Amino acid sequence: MMPDYEIVVVGASAGGMHALKEILSNLDRDFAFPVVVVQHLAPDSENYLVQYLDEYSSLSVKEASEKQRILPYHVYLAPPNYHLLIEEDKTFSLTVSEKVNFSRPSIDVLFETAVLAYQNRIIGLLLTGASQDGAKGMQMLHATKGLTIVQDPDNAFVPVMPKAAIELVPVDYKLTLEEIAPFLNTLSRARTRRKKQKR
Amino acid sequence: MINYQNVRNENINIEIKLLLEAIYLKYGHDFRNYSPAHLKRRILHRLMLSDIKSISEMQYKVLHDPEFMREILTDFSINVTEMFRDPLFYKTMRREVLPVLKTYPYIKIWHAGCSTGEEVYSMAILLEEEGLLDKSLIYATDYNETVLKVAKKAEYTNENLKAYQKNYEKSGGRRKLADYYTEKNAMIKFDPRFRKRIVFSEHNLVTDKAFAEVHMIICRNVLIYFNRELQNRVIKLFHDSLMKGGVLGVGSKESVDFSRYGKAFEYINKNQKIYIKKYSHDE
Repeated sequence: MMPDYEIVVVGASAGGMHALKEILSNLDRDFAFPVVVVQHLAPDSENYLVQYLDEYSSLSVKEASEKQRILPYHVYLAPPNYHLLIEEDKTFSLTVSEKVNFSRPSIDVLFETAVLAYQNRIIGLLLTGASQDGAKGMQMLHATKGLTIVQDPDNAFVPVMPKAAIELVPVDYKLTLEEIAPFLNTLSRARTRRKKQKR
Repeated sequence: MINYQNVRNENINIEIKLLLEAIYLKYGHDFRNYSPAHLKRRILHRLMLSDIKSISEMQYKVLHDPEFMREILTDFSINVTEMFRDPLFYKTMRREVLPVLKTYPYIKIWHAGCSTGEEVYSMAILLEEEGLLDKSLIYATDYNETVLKVAKKAEYTNENLKAYQKNYEKSGGRRKLADYYTEKNAMIKFDPRFRKRIVFSEHNLVTDKAFAEVHMIICRNVLIYFNRELQNRVIKLFHDSLMKGGVLGVGSKESVDFSRYGKAFEYINKNQKIYIKKYSHDE
Protein backbone atom coordinates (compact mmCIF):
# COMPACT_ATOMS: atom_id res chain seq x y z
CA MET A 1 0.00 0.00 0.00
CA MET A 2 1.09 3.54 -0.74
CA PRO A 3 2.29 5.32 2.40
CA ASP A 4 0.39 8.37 3.48
CA TYR A 5 2.66 11.03 2.04
CA GLU A 6 2.77 14.28 3.95
CA ILE A 7 5.26 16.52 2.21
CA VAL A 8 7.04 17.19 -1.09
CA VAL A 9 10.70 18.22 -0.91
CA VAL A 10 12.28 19.61 -4.05
CA GLY A 11 15.88 20.28 -5.06
CA ALA A 12 16.81 22.40 -8.06
CA SER A 13 19.94 24.10 -9.33
CA ALA A 14 20.94 25.46 -12.77
CA GLY A 15 17.79 25.82 -14.87
CA GLY A 16 15.63 25.40 -11.80
CA MET A 17 13.78 28.67 -12.09
CA HIS A 18 12.03 27.62 -15.29
CA ALA A 19 11.44 24.08 -14.06
CA LEU A 20 9.93 25.29 -10.78
CA LYS A 21 7.68 27.74 -12.61
CA GLU A 22 6.44 24.94 -14.89
CA ILE A 23 5.69 22.64 -11.95
CA LEU A 24 4.29 25.11 -9.43
CA SER A 25 2.01 26.78 -11.96
CA ASN A 26 0.42 23.41 -12.74
CA LEU A 27 -0.18 22.11 -9.23
CA ASP A 28 -3.81 21.92 -8.09
CA ARG A 29 -5.19 24.89 -6.21
CA ASP A 30 -5.92 22.54 -3.30
CA PHE A 31 -2.65 20.61 -3.56
CA ALA A 32 -2.64 18.62 -0.34
CA PHE A 33 1.08 18.57 0.53
CA PRO A 34 3.33 21.36 1.65
CA VAL A 35 6.11 21.86 -0.91
CA VAL A 36 9.57 22.73 0.38
CA VAL A 37 12.14 23.85 -2.15
CA VAL A 38 15.88 24.35 -2.16
CA GLN A 39 16.92 26.23 -5.27
CA HIS A 40 20.64 27.04 -5.45
CA LEU A 41 21.08 30.79 -5.64
CA ALA A 42 23.88 33.31 -5.41
CA PRO A 43 24.38 34.09 -1.70
CA ASP A 44 23.61 37.77 -2.11
CA SER A 45 20.65 37.38 -4.44
CA GLU A 46 17.54 39.22 -3.40
CA ASN A 47 14.97 36.51 -3.15
CA TYR A 48 12.83 37.73 -6.02
CA LEU A 49 12.38 34.11 -7.06
CA VAL A 50 9.72 33.87 -4.35
CA GLN A 51 7.76 36.73 -5.87
CA TYR A 52 8.19 35.36 -9.35
CA LEU A 53 6.93 31.89 -8.47
CA ASP A 54 4.14 33.24 -6.31
CA GLU A 55 2.76 35.06 -9.34
CA TYR A 56 2.58 31.86 -11.35
CA SER A 57 1.34 29.47 -8.69
CA SER A 58 -2.14 29.22 -7.23
CA LEU A 59 -0.49 28.08 -4.01
CA SER A 60 1.02 30.57 -1.59
CA VAL A 61 4.78 30.78 -2.25
CA LYS A 62 6.85 32.11 0.64
CA GLU A 63 10.42 32.26 1.86
CA ALA A 64 10.78 29.77 4.71
CA SER A 65 11.44 31.43 8.05
CA GLU A 66 12.78 29.87 11.21
CA LYS A 67 10.23 28.27 13.61
CA GLN A 68 7.54 28.57 10.93
CA ARG A 69 4.99 25.75 10.95
CA ILE A 70 4.88 23.74 7.73
CA LEU A 71 1.39 23.82 6.24
CA PRO A 72 -0.36 22.34 3.21
CA TYR A 73 -1.29 24.66 0.31
CA HIS A 74 2.02 26.42 0.83
CA VAL A 75 5.28 26.41 -1.07
CA TYR A 76 8.35 27.31 0.97
CA LEU A 77 11.68 28.33 -0.54
CA ALA A 78 14.98 28.25 1.33
CA PRO A 79 16.41 31.76 1.77
CA PRO A 80 19.70 32.40 -0.07
CA ASN A 81 22.84 31.65 1.97
CA TYR A 82 21.04 29.65 4.69
CA HIS A 83 20.59 25.91 5.04
CA LEU A 84 16.95 24.97 5.47
CA LEU A 85 16.26 22.19 8.00
CA ILE A 86 13.03 20.51 8.99
CA GLU A 87 12.47 19.87 12.69
CA GLU A 88 10.65 16.81 13.97
CA ASP A 89 7.82 19.05 15.19
CA LYS A 90 7.27 20.01 11.51
CA THR A 91 8.71 23.50 11.74
CA PHE A 92 11.68 25.04 9.94
CA SER A 93 15.15 25.85 11.20
CA LEU A 94 17.78 27.89 9.41
CA THR A 95 21.53 27.60 9.84
CA VAL A 96 24.59 29.22 8.35
CA SER A 97 26.84 26.22 8.87
CA GLU A 98 29.44 25.17 6.28
CA LYS A 99 28.42 24.70 2.70
CA VAL A 100 27.49 21.15 1.73
CA ASN A 101 28.34 20.12 -1.85
CA PHE A 102 29.59 23.71 -2.32
CA SER A 103 26.07 24.87 -1.63
CA ARG A 104 24.15 26.79 1.00
CA PRO A 105 21.28 26.09 1.00
CA SER A 106 22.03 22.44 0.32
CA ILE A 107 19.47 20.00 -1.03
CA ASP A 108 21.05 17.13 0.93
CA VAL A 109 20.62 19.00 4.21
CA LEU A 110 16.92 19.59 3.51
CA PHE A 111 16.32 16.00 2.41
CA GLU A 112 18.31 14.51 5.29
CA THR A 113 16.38 16.42 7.95
CA ALA A 114 13.08 15.83 6.11
CA VAL A 115 13.70 12.09 6.43
CA LEU A 116 14.37 12.45 10.16
CA ALA A 117 11.09 14.33 10.55
CA TYR A 118 8.78 12.50 8.14
CA GLN A 119 10.45 9.07 7.69
CA ASN A 120 8.89 7.40 4.62
CA ARG A 121 6.02 9.85 4.24
CA ILE A 122 8.01 12.02 1.83
CA ILE A 123 7.95 12.66 -1.87
CA GLY A 124 11.42 13.74 -2.97
CA LEU A 125 11.89 15.49 -6.29
CA LEU A 126 15.24 16.33 -7.84
CA LEU A 127 15.31 18.63 -10.86
CA THR A 128 17.77 20.09 -13.34
CA GLY A 129 21.23 21.16 -12.14
CA ALA A 130 24.99 21.05 -12.60
CA SER A 131 25.62 19.90 -9.04
CA GLN A 132 25.99 16.63 -7.12
CA ASP A 133 23.81 18.03 -4.37
CA GLY A 134 20.69 16.03 -3.62
CA ALA A 135 22.00 12.63 -4.70
CA LYS A 136 22.81 11.51 -1.15
CA GLY A 137 19.54 12.94 0.04
CA MET A 138 17.71 10.86 -2.56
CA GLN A 139 19.68 7.82 -1.44
CA MET A 140 18.57 8.40 2.11
CA LEU A 141 14.96 8.93 1.01
CA HIS A 142 15.10 5.71 -0.95
CA ALA A 143 16.58 3.78 1.98
CA THR A 144 13.76 4.89 4.27
CA LYS A 145 11.23 4.06 1.52
CA GLY A 146 10.16 7.57 0.65
CA LEU A 147 9.13 8.20 -2.93
CA THR A 148 11.98 9.31 -5.20
CA ILE A 149 11.34 11.23 -8.41
CA VAL A 150 13.92 12.83 -10.69
CA GLN A 151 13.51 14.94 -13.75
CA ASP A 152 14.50 12.78 -16.72
CA PRO A 153 18.10 13.85 -17.48
CA ASP A 154 17.34 13.78 -21.22
CA ASN A 155 14.65 16.34 -20.57
CA ALA A 156 16.56 18.46 -18.03
CA PHE A 157 18.16 21.80 -18.85
CA VAL A 158 21.31 20.52 -17.13
CA PRO A 159 21.30 16.72 -16.62
CA VAL A 160 24.16 16.40 -14.08
CA MET A 161 22.10 16.57 -10.90
CA PRO A 162 19.33 14.08 -11.72
CA LYS A 163 21.97 11.83 -13.30
CA ALA A 164 24.03 11.81 -10.10
CA ALA A 165 21.00 10.61 -8.18
CA ILE A 166 20.18 7.91 -10.71
CA GLU A 167 23.74 6.61 -10.52
CA LEU A 168 23.51 6.34 -6.75
CA VAL A 169 20.04 4.92 -6.30
CA PRO A 170 17.29 3.19 -8.31
CA VAL A 171 14.83 6.08 -8.28
CA ASP A 172 11.11 5.32 -8.40
CA TYR A 173 10.23 7.67 -11.26
CA LYS A 174 12.02 9.49 -14.07
CA LEU A 175 9.62 12.08 -15.43
CA THR A 176 9.77 14.85 -17.98
CA LEU A 177 9.08 18.35 -16.73
CA GLU A 178 5.61 18.26 -18.26
CA GLU A 179 4.75 15.02 -16.47
CA ILE A 180 5.79 16.06 -12.98
CA ALA A 181 2.92 18.35 -11.88
CA PRO A 182 0.15 16.01 -13.16
CA PHE A 183 1.83 13.11 -11.36
CA LEU A 184 2.06 15.05 -8.10
CA ASN A 185 -1.56 16.14 -8.50
CA THR A 186 -2.58 12.47 -8.73
CA LEU A 187 -0.85 11.75 -5.41
CA SER A 188 -2.42 14.81 -3.84
CA ARG A 189 -5.93 13.83 -4.98
CA ALA A 190 -5.42 10.30 -3.67
CA ARG A 191 -4.54 11.76 -0.28
CA THR A 192 -7.55 14.06 -0.28
CA ARG A 193 -9.81 11.10 -1.11
CA ARG A 194 -8.32 8.98 1.67
CA LYS A 195 -8.82 11.78 4.15
CA LYS A 196 -12.48 12.09 3.17
CA GLN A 197 -12.99 8.34 3.55
CA LYS A 198 -11.49 8.42 7.03
CA ARG A 199 -14.01 11.07 8.00
CA MET B 1 26.23 9.40 5.31
CA ILE B 2 23.84 8.77 8.14
CA ASN B 3 23.06 5.21 9.06
CA TYR B 4 19.49 4.87 7.84
CA GLN B 5 18.62 1.86 9.92
CA ASN B 6 18.97 4.05 12.97
CA VAL B 7 17.06 6.98 11.63
CA ARG B 8 13.69 5.74 12.76
CA ASN B 9 15.03 4.54 16.03
CA GLU B 10 13.32 6.52 18.75
CA ASN B 11 16.25 5.66 20.99
CA ILE B 12 18.36 8.19 19.13
CA ASN B 13 16.33 11.09 20.44
CA ILE B 14 16.59 9.73 23.98
CA GLU B 15 20.32 9.22 23.64
CA ILE B 16 20.79 12.74 22.31
CA LYS B 17 18.84 14.14 25.24
CA LEU B 18 21.08 12.24 27.66
CA LEU B 19 24.23 13.36 25.84
CA LEU B 20 23.21 17.01 26.10
CA GLU B 21 22.36 16.54 29.77
CA ALA B 22 25.77 14.98 30.39
CA ILE B 23 27.54 17.84 28.60
CA TYR B 24 25.62 20.34 30.69
CA LEU B 25 26.24 18.61 34.02
CA LYS B 26 29.92 18.03 33.37
CA TYR B 27 30.99 21.15 31.47
CA GLY B 28 28.19 23.68 31.96
CA HIS B 29 27.60 24.13 28.24
CA ASP B 30 23.86 24.07 27.84
CA PHE B 31 22.62 22.87 24.46
CA ARG B 32 19.35 21.53 25.82
CA ASN B 33 17.33 24.37 24.32
CA TYR B 34 18.95 24.40 20.92
CA SER B 35 16.87 23.59 17.85
CA PRO B 36 17.22 19.81 17.62
CA ALA B 37 17.64 19.22 13.86
CA HIS B 38 20.97 21.02 13.63
CA LEU B 39 22.42 19.26 16.70
CA LYS B 40 21.17 15.88 15.53
CA ARG B 41 22.84 16.30 12.14
CA ARG B 42 26.10 17.26 13.83
CA ILE B 43 25.98 14.40 16.31
CA LEU B 44 25.18 11.79 13.65
CA HIS B 45 27.95 13.10 11.42
CA ARG B 46 30.48 12.99 14.27
CA LEU B 47 29.32 9.45 14.95
CA MET B 48 30.06 8.42 11.39
CA LEU B 49 33.46 10.09 11.33
CA SER B 50 34.61 8.42 14.52
CA ASP B 51 34.90 4.77 15.51
CA ILE B 52 32.25 5.27 18.15
CA LYS B 53 29.30 2.94 17.75
CA SER B 54 26.48 4.77 19.46
CA ILE B 55 25.51 8.10 20.94
CA SER B 56 25.54 6.49 24.38
CA GLU B 57 29.17 5.59 23.83
CA MET B 58 29.73 9.16 22.74
CA GLN B 59 28.27 10.28 26.04
CA TYR B 60 30.77 8.11 27.92
CA LYS B 61 33.62 9.56 25.89
CA VAL B 62 32.45 13.12 26.43
CA LEU B 63 32.41 12.57 30.20
CA HIS B 64 35.86 11.02 30.35
CA ASP B 65 37.77 12.78 27.60
CA PRO B 66 37.83 16.61 27.69
CA GLU B 67 39.73 16.67 24.40
CA PHE B 68 36.81 14.90 22.73
CA MET B 69 34.48 17.41 24.35
CA ARG B 70 36.38 20.21 22.62
CA GLU B 71 35.75 18.49 19.29
CA ILE B 72 32.05 18.25 20.05
CA LEU B 73 31.96 21.92 21.00
CA THR B 74 33.46 22.82 17.67
CA ASP B 75 30.95 20.54 15.93
CA PHE B 76 28.07 22.27 17.64
CA SER B 77 29.17 25.83 17.16
CA ILE B 78 28.93 27.50 13.80
CA ASN B 79 32.10 29.21 12.87
CA VAL B 80 31.23 30.27 9.38
CA THR B 81 31.95 33.96 9.18
CA GLU B 82 33.62 36.52 6.94
CA MET B 83 34.74 40.14 6.90
CA PHE B 84 31.80 42.49 6.36
CA ARG B 85 29.38 39.61 6.03
CA ASP B 86 26.11 40.96 4.62
CA PRO B 87 27.65 44.24 3.44
CA LEU B 88 24.31 46.05 3.48
CA PHE B 89 24.16 45.54 7.23
CA TYR B 90 27.42 47.46 7.58
CA LYS B 91 26.29 50.09 5.10
CA THR B 92 23.19 50.67 7.21
CA MET B 93 25.36 50.82 10.34
CA ARG B 94 27.49 53.46 8.67
CA ARG B 95 24.60 55.55 7.38
CA GLU B 96 21.90 55.20 9.99
CA VAL B 97 23.34 53.91 13.25
CA LEU B 98 26.82 55.33 13.83
CA PRO B 99 25.60 58.93 13.37
CA VAL B 100 23.33 58.29 16.36
CA LEU B 101 26.07 56.68 18.46
CA LYS B 102 28.40 59.56 17.58
CA THR B 103 26.53 61.79 20.02
CA TYR B 104 27.75 59.79 23.05
CA PRO B 105 31.05 60.69 24.77
CA TYR B 106 32.12 57.03 24.55
CA ILE B 107 30.63 53.96 22.94
CA LYS B 108 30.43 50.48 24.41
CA ILE B 109 29.54 47.67 22.01
CA TRP B 110 28.88 44.04 22.86
CA HIS B 111 29.38 41.60 20.01
CA ALA B 112 27.84 38.35 21.25
CA GLY B 113 28.76 35.12 19.48
CA CYS B 114 31.76 36.68 17.78
CA SER B 115 33.29 33.38 16.62
CA THR B 116 36.74 33.87 15.06
CA GLY B 117 36.36 37.65 15.07
CA GLU B 118 36.18 38.68 11.41
CA GLU B 119 32.98 40.63 11.94
CA VAL B 120 34.40 42.30 15.05
CA TYR B 121 37.39 43.66 13.12
CA SER B 122 34.96 44.72 10.39
CA MET B 123 33.07 46.79 12.94
CA ALA B 124 36.32 48.24 14.29
CA ILE B 125 37.29 49.35 10.78
CA LEU B 126 33.87 50.90 10.32
CA LEU B 127 34.25 52.78 13.61
CA GLU B 128 37.64 54.09 12.58
CA GLU B 129 36.36 55.31 9.22
CA GLU B 130 33.55 57.15 10.95
CA GLY B 131 35.99 58.69 13.41
CA LEU B 132 34.69 56.76 16.42
CA LEU B 133 37.27 54.09 17.12
CA ASP B 134 39.19 56.05 19.75
CA LYS B 135 36.16 56.46 21.94
CA SER B 136 34.83 52.97 21.38
CA LEU B 137 35.29 49.70 23.20
CA ILE B 138 34.02 46.41 21.79
CA TYR B 139 33.37 43.50 24.12
CA ALA B 140 33.47 40.46 21.86
CA THR B 141 32.31 37.21 23.40
CA ASP B 142 31.83 33.59 22.49
CA TYR B 143 31.37 30.41 24.52
CA ASN B 144 34.02 28.57 22.55
CA GLU B 145 37.56 29.30 23.75
CA THR B 146 39.05 27.76 20.62
CA VAL B 147 37.52 30.38 18.31
CA LEU B 148 38.38 33.18 20.74
CA LYS B 149 42.04 32.22 20.50
CA VAL B 150 41.89 32.81 16.76
CA ALA B 151 40.02 36.08 17.20
CA LYS B 152 42.58 37.42 19.68
CA LYS B 153 45.45 36.86 17.27
CA ALA B 154 43.78 39.01 14.57
CA GLU B 155 45.40 36.76 11.96
CA TYR B 156 43.59 35.13 9.07
CA THR B 157 44.48 33.25 5.91
CA ASN B 158 44.47 35.38 2.80
CA GLU B 159 42.43 32.92 0.73
CA ASN B 160 39.18 34.87 1.01
CA LEU B 161 40.67 38.33 0.55
CA LYS B 162 38.97 38.98 -2.76
CA ALA B 163 35.54 38.29 -1.32
CA TYR B 164 36.38 40.39 1.75
CA GLN B 165 37.52 43.30 -0.40
CA LYS B 166 34.30 43.09 -2.40
CA ASN B 167 32.20 42.99 0.77
CA TYR B 168 34.12 45.96 2.14
CA GLU B 169 33.43 47.99 -0.99
CA LYS B 170 29.74 47.08 -0.95
CA SER B 171 29.56 48.15 2.68
CA GLY B 172 30.54 51.65 1.62
CA GLY B 173 34.21 51.32 2.59
CA ARG B 174 36.08 54.58 2.19
CA ARG B 175 39.55 53.21 1.50
CA LYS B 176 41.06 49.82 0.61
CA LEU B 177 40.79 46.92 2.99
CA ALA B 178 44.53 46.39 2.47
CA ASP B 179 45.15 49.65 4.35
CA TYR B 180 44.20 47.88 7.56
CA TYR B 181 46.32 44.74 7.56
CA THR B 182 49.80 43.47 6.76
CA GLU B 183 50.24 40.38 4.65
CA LYS B 184 52.91 37.75 5.29
CA ASN B 185 53.18 34.02 4.48
CA ALA B 186 49.66 33.80 3.08
CA MET B 187 48.31 35.32 6.29
CA ILE B 188 46.93 38.75 6.98
CA LYS B 189 47.15 40.46 10.34
CA PHE B 190 45.02 43.40 11.33
CA ASP B 191 46.72 46.48 12.70
CA PRO B 192 47.12 46.39 16.52
CA ARG B 193 45.22 49.65 16.88
CA PHE B 194 42.00 47.68 16.28
CA ARG B 195 42.89 44.91 18.71
CA LYS B 196 43.45 47.57 21.39
CA ARG B 197 39.82 48.61 21.24
CA ILE B 198 38.49 45.04 21.57
CA VAL B 199 38.17 42.91 24.70
CA PHE B 200 37.65 39.25 23.85
CA SER B 201 36.20 37.04 26.55
CA GLU B 202 34.31 33.84 27.17
CA HIS B 203 30.63 34.36 27.74
CA ASN B 204 27.80 31.91 27.31
CA LEU B 205 24.49 33.45 26.29
CA VAL B 206 22.62 30.45 27.57
CA THR B 207 24.03 30.23 31.08
CA ASP B 208 25.71 33.56 31.86
CA LYS B 209 24.13 36.74 33.14
CA ALA B 210 23.64 40.19 31.62
CA PHE B 211 26.89 41.63 30.43
CA ALA B 212 27.24 45.34 31.06
CA GLU B 213 25.26 48.39 30.10
CA VAL B 214 26.21 48.95 26.51
CA HIS B 215 25.19 51.28 23.67
CA MET B 216 24.95 48.59 21.04
CA ILE B 217 24.66 44.81 20.87
CA ILE B 218 25.50 42.86 17.74
CA CYS B 219 24.44 39.23 17.72
CA ARG B 220 23.96 37.83 14.27
CA ASN B 221 22.96 34.31 13.29
CA VAL B 222 23.04 33.01 16.84
CA LEU B 223 19.37 33.15 17.80
CA ILE B 224 18.43 30.91 14.86
CA TYR B 225 20.01 27.96 16.69
CA PHE B 226 17.84 28.39 19.79
CA ASN B 227 14.31 27.26 20.52
CA ARG B 228 11.69 29.90 21.26
CA GLU B 229 12.08 29.66 25.02
CA LEU B 230 15.81 30.23 24.87
CA GLN B 231 15.46 32.96 22.25
CA ASN B 232 13.12 34.74 24.60
CA ARG B 233 15.57 34.44 27.50
CA VAL B 234 18.44 35.76 25.39
CA ILE B 235 16.39 38.68 24.09
CA LYS B 236 15.64 39.56 27.72
CA LEU B 237 19.38 39.40 28.41
CA PHE B 238 19.97 41.82 25.55
CA HIS B 239 17.19 44.05 26.79
CA ASP B 240 18.74 44.15 30.25
CA SER B 241 22.24 44.80 28.91
CA LEU B 242 21.27 47.71 26.63
CA MET B 243 20.86 51.28 27.74
CA LYS B 244 17.69 53.06 26.67
CA GLY B 245 18.07 54.24 23.10
CA GLY B 246 20.68 51.50 22.57
CA VAL B 247 20.92 49.58 19.33
CA LEU B 248 20.43 45.84 18.70
CA GLY B 249 21.52 44.23 15.44
CA VAL B 250 20.51 40.61 14.75
CA GLY B 251 20.84 38.34 11.71
CA SER B 252 18.84 39.00 8.56
CA LYS B 253 16.53 36.03 9.23
CA GLU B 254 16.20 36.69 12.94
CA SER B 255 13.77 38.89 14.80
CA VAL B 256 12.74 39.88 18.33
CA ASP B 257 9.17 40.63 17.28
CA PHE B 258 7.69 37.38 18.62
CA SER B 259 9.20 37.91 22.06
CA ARG B 260 7.62 39.36 25.17
CA TYR B 261 10.48 41.85 25.16
CA GLY B 262 9.93 42.60 21.47
CA LYS B 263 7.67 45.49 22.43
CA ALA B 264 10.60 47.23 24.04
CA PHE B 265 12.28 47.54 20.65
CA GLU B 266 11.44 49.29 17.43
CA TYR B 267 13.11 49.10 14.06
CA ILE B 268 15.74 51.52 12.86
CA ASN B 269 15.98 49.46 9.69
CA LYS B 270 13.67 46.54 9.18
CA ASN B 271 15.50 44.96 6.22
CA GLN B 272 18.78 44.81 8.12
CA LYS B 273 17.09 43.82 11.39
CA ILE B 274 18.50 46.71 13.36
CA TYR B 275 16.45 47.79 16.37
CA ILE B 276 16.57 50.55 18.93
CA LYS B 277 15.55 49.99 22.53
CA LYS B 278 12.71 52.40 23.24
CA TYR B 279 13.07 55.04 25.93
CA SER B 280 9.84 53.94 27.52
CA HIS B 281 7.44 51.09 27.01
CA ASP B 282 4.72 49.26 28.83
CA GLU B 283 5.77 45.85 30.08
